[in-house]
Amino acid sequence: MSELKNDSWQVLRSYTSARIALGRTGVSLPTAANLQFQLDHARARDAVHLAFNTQAFIDAYTATFPNAAKPVMLVSEAENRMRYLQRPDLGRRLPEAQWQILRQSASEHKNADIAIVIADGLSSAAVQNHALPLLTLLIPRLRAENLLLAPLSIATQARVALGDDIGEALKAKLVIVLIGERPGLSSPDSLGLYLSYAPRRGIRDAERNCISNIRIGGLSYQQACDTSMYLTLAALKDGVSGVTLKDQSLLLDNQPNHAIPFLKP
Amino acid sequence: MPFSVNLGQQHYVFADLKTLLAKATPARSGDVLAGVAASNNQERVAAQYALADLPLRHFLNNVVIPYEDDEVTRLIIDSHNATAFMPVAHLTVGGFRDWLLSDAATTESLQALAPGLTPEMVAAVSKLMRIQDLIIVAKKCEVITRFRNTLGLANHFSTRLQPNHPTDDAAGIAASIIDGLLYASGDAVIGINPASDNTQTVARLLHLLDDFITRFDIPTQSCVLTHVTTTLELINQRAPVDLVFQSIAGTEAANSSFGVTLSILAEAQSAALSLGRGTVGNNLMYFETGQGSALSANSHHGVDQQTLETRAYAVARAFSPLLVNTVVGFIGPEYLYNGKQIIRAGLEDHFCGKLLGLPMGCDICYTNHAEADQDDMDMLLTQFAAAGGNFIMGIPGADDIMLNYQTTSFHDALYIRRLLNLPPAPEFFQWLQTSKIMDKHGALFSGSELPPRFAQALSLAGPL
Repeated sequence: MSELKNDSWQVLRSYTSARIALGRTGVSLPTAANLQFQLDHARARDAVHLAFNTQAFIDAYTATFPNAAKPVMLVSEAENRMRYLQRPDLGRRLPEAQWQILRQSASEHKNADIAIVIADGLSSAAVQNHALPLLTLLIPRLRAENLLLAPLSIATQARVALGDDIGEALKAKLVIVLIGERPGLSSPDSLGLYLSYAPRRGIRDAERNCISNIRIGGLSYQQACDTSMYLTLAALKDGVSGVTLKDQSLLLDNQPNHAIPFLKP
Repeated sequence: MPFSVNLGQQHYVFADLKTLLAKATPARSGDVLAGVAASNNQERVAAQYALADLPLRHFLNNVVIPYEDDEVTRLIIDSHNATAFMPVAHLTVGGFRDWLLSDAATTESLQALAPGLTPEMVAAVSKLMRIQDLIIVAKKCEVITRFRNTLGLANHFSTRLQPNHPTDDAAGIAASIIDGLLYASGDAVIGINPASDNTQTVARLLHLLDDFITRFDIPTQSCVLTHVTTTLELINQRAPVDLVFQSIAGTEAANSSFGVTLSILAEAQSAALSLGRGTVGNNLMYFETGQGSALSANSHHGVDQQTLETRAYAVARAFSPLLVNTVVGFIGPEYLYNGKQIIRAGLEDHFCGKLLGLPMGCDICYTNHAEADQDDMDMLLTQFAAAGGNFIMGIPGADDIMLNYQTTSFHDALYIRRLLNLPPAPEFFQWLQTSKIMDKHGALFSGSELPPRFAQALSLAGPL
């Protein structure tokens, strides 16, 4: 007979994605739960360390938006992943030569309203999986508002603030960065969206707006698109981004249901 | 004042005290990022030689951040107890290490010494110590605190039950609490990191925890880890606040970036004390810290991250906390690159906090972009418990689904209890026994039915 102890409260798993009721052998994790953890950790690690397949992304982007300008490839001052992980300051900076090229190309066209940056961040899996589906909703909405988009920037070894360098070089009014978030064990491919008005090097975190947790099982593409449109239009109208632009609806408790169905009154 | 030392043919000079401390620090990525680390291994050891010769008294007249500029420095200098310092006042840093390891340093003499030590003295001596030194000296310290139970007794070990949920969903949180209690977790505190900072949500969670503790009659305390000003507002609204939480750091500027000052902390402590919710004691502050937080806030003043971390303990010490938790691997690889750096930092923090008289726990944790894994956590957990650490986190399956990092699980705590024979806080242990969760030997009951108290309260009908 197996010595494995199954937990009698397994039904509670339907209320949370936390790893509850795993059972035990002695005081330790059963093999199945242990292997599941190892697999999830491996996925999260690979999300950090596998390089962003930019060519595959560009091919898919071009197929979706055949008339869009050719995307621009950029790399931060962090030349490799090990350096990137230990020197966040380098991941925030665009090398001078790349900055000049962007500025040159910007000078040849009318100034863009919006620059969009696709950045690998800490999870290439997040941008690989979710950036294009989100752009597919977002770009037509931006165009419908008659906003002029700069050519898409694709940046690797990139932190959020790299978008400010890019937006500044492009003389864009506003920059939107889609970036892979720090991967969790249960969410290795979560995408973040950051928005800065009047982007320039050195702006503070409080001057940006963030939409987090865009993934299957998290915030949907449609919700992310709607919120980013709201923030974009408000930022352009008020000439500001960041904490002063807070969505007022977020100030309320978003979980009005206080009931705990499995707890008897 | 510059310090110099000759090693072989090489002459080394260190410009001032903070440079000497930084260069003597065992390697870690955050000091490299800050540009204060030793440039090579020999320079590090040279700094350790020079530091070993420095009299402890030097720290009373020389500070790493100017007195005029920083209220943490003022707190450290103004609260120093010269009488308590007397037994070690004649020693150098190296001599202090020898004394700490000697049989003259006992539990009682270390408790008496604590108010005579400054954070910089303690940080300095830790830089000359190996892992085993950090463990064996810390093990001699005993720091006991009380609110609704007794934490920190020798040969006991406690856990914070951390039932976080990404949307602060009541049922999701309750499911994790039940899982944790049935795995014997939660004597240090049942503490939620809320996803939202809004006051209504925090109030709702405080009531949820209070209802649980009351309904199951659990001798423990609750906490919702939100900003101290939110907690203060909720105390004024008479919400059921047991513990006041705040993240703190070792410089006034870093604390300011967290939106806190010593006076705000004092105001919140006093407000919470006025609620009179403790039953066996009045330690009700809960602080979290972590190496790298000051650099992260651009407020490090050129001081190394381990010295700054120890200065945060001076802030904690001023408020007689129930719990101090170093969240050692949370902040990321730019501060602690890998398992080796995380493990050493956790043991340094525990040692330094304990010498200063604090009830130290450790959030033994890592993020997925650090070079660390469960094996590293097992090593730190085992060493931390061997060193007499007061408490760790407990979370379902080691996976925090809200904060996206891995910390110790309910199972991890059971492992350490069995390995080292460490029961939880006595009042909580008694409750576990009367609730038929644990037997008197500390083994979980293994029947297939829920313990009666839970069977009565829970309605588990539904699809498996």
